[in-house]
Amino acid sequence: MASNDVNRIVASHLSYAYPEADRNAVEDVSVRVKKGEFLAILGHNGSGKSTLAKLFNALYVPSAGTVWVCGLDTKDDALVFDIRQHAGMVFQNPDNQIVATVVEEDVAFGLENNGVEPAQIRLRIDEALAAVNMSDFALKAPHLLSGGQKQRVAIAGVLAMKPDVIILDESTAMLDPSGRQEVMNTVHRLNREEGISVVIITHYMGEAATADYVIVMDDGRVAMSGTPREVFTQVAKVRALGLDVPPMTDLADMLRADGIGIRADVLTVDEMVEEVCRLSSRS
Amino acid sequence: MLNDITLGQYFPGNSPIHRMDPRMKLILTIVYIVGVFMVSNLPGYAIALAFLYLVVRVSGISFKYLVKGIKPLRFILIFTFVLNLFFVEGETVLLSLGFVRITKEALENAVFFALRLVFLVMGTSVLTLTTSPIRLTDGLERLMKPLQRFHFPAHELAMMMTIALRFIPTLLEETDKIKKAQMARGADFESGNLIARAKAMIPLLVPLFVSAFRRANDLAMAMEARCYRGGDHRTRLRELKYTRLDLYGLLATAAFIAVIIAEGKLLG
Repeated sequence: MASNDVNRIVASHLSYAYPEADRNAVEDVSVRVKKGEFLAILGHNGSGKSTLAKLFNALYVPSAGTVWVCGLDTKDDALVFDIRQHAGMVFQNPDNQIVATVVEEDVAFGLENNGVEPAQIRLRIDEALAAVNMSDFALKAPHLLSGGQKQRVAIAGVLAMKPDVIILDESTAMLDPSGRQEVMNTVHRLNREEGISVVIITHYMGEAATADYVIVMDDGRVAMSGTPREVFTQVAKVRALGLDVPPMTDLADMLRADGIGIRADVLTVDEMVEEVCRLSSRS
Repeated sequence: MLNDITLGQYFPGNSPIHRMDPRMKLILTIVYIVGVFMVSNLPGYAIALAFLYLVVRVSGISFKYLVKGIKPLRFILIFTFVLNLFFVEGETVLLSLGFVRITKEALENAVFFALRLVFLVMGTSVLTLTTSPIRLTDGLERLMKPLQRFHFPAHELAMMMTIALRFIPTLLEETDKIKKAQMARGADFESGNLIARAKAMIPLLVPLFVSAFRRANDLAMAMEARCYRGGDHRTRLRELKYTRLDLYGLLATAAFIAVIIAEGKLLG
């Protein structure tokens, strides 16, 4: 299929209900993640965003609809391990996803599971640790690392499998601001330099603002979607969905309410500085 | 209180003993244990001591450190010594005080039993002190691999050990956190008699268990996401290889056993 060269994940009319639930956690969602794209999925707690992420690497199998990961249907049992290699996942709690007692052994875990030759494993874990700037910690015990470092180790573990997509399921939620920055910088660099598609599930608006495309989930459905600028400029609608807008967009909104003619689609501090300079030079 | 647990103590180093293959070390430790059980007189224990001393010197661990490792065992040692002393039947009476009768055989038995324990503990400590937990579980897994044909879960056991070792520090940290949180709400872990103190542990243990189960759940999902599918067709980052060092170790241990047997024949 030629379209696989472009689309990494295609979800079509996806629904999923938990075994004993009477309603769908995810309801009729259609999404596409292209090669090298950075997608952010937003939503308040229980909006189905984490469930959606788990549908993307065959941890859950859809009740209705289909997900293709690099052209592979997640409903096909025989393809499950191939899919998980194409779409790696980093979870929320840094402590609960590290298996081994030494950093490099943990990075090797996925490769060992896939039966990769030892010499090849060595090569790939060295590469992966270098890519997340953790080479110096290769022989350390994971419990001695900071939260941000642990998450980078987890990313290295996924990276060693040479994935096409990395899914981060609220991976920054338990980190302090500097750890969060570390992880986001790493992910952005991998996205830019290696062309790996990224899906982040988050409720930090600042993180979503840096994405190429944003989806806002509410009650299992896609409530809003578009570029960050398109989504966040609809301040009232975003707020109605129980979310904040990025701090600078919020500020711009308040300034506009006070009758200052600032642009509504300001997302970052840099843009705000530019806007303020533009306004002050005019007056 | 919980921080005193020193499971899988490892003394990092680069001695020939450290560099030996964990499988060989495991086998040789078992052979050594058998050897110690074959010893039946004091000169034999002198030979065992000499052998142990030699191994410890090569490994670069201080002998004192090893001896200190026996200290927590002193109660068991005294207990077995006393038990053997009073309850083993014998012919030659050394001391008779009312119903207490100590015989020569009982004394011999008690001394040998205590010595045997000491030698066992010291010998196996050399194994754990010179082998990192990972290499130890690796070695165990590979040694037990032939048993898999009889549906013995060798890989699963090794994986469980690795995960347990991985989570000990995490859970200790968590215990500490919960303890402080409960103390901040007025929980008292220090005072009261044994029963009161045991009861005070409940608000500590319940949240700890709940969180351990949650962690297990998370970990299972994370392992699945990383293509874990059991031990079949799994490769390892570190391959184990026997080297010349393992041959030397094997020869030395064989010599030890030979000397013990010869000594037993001559003096026993």
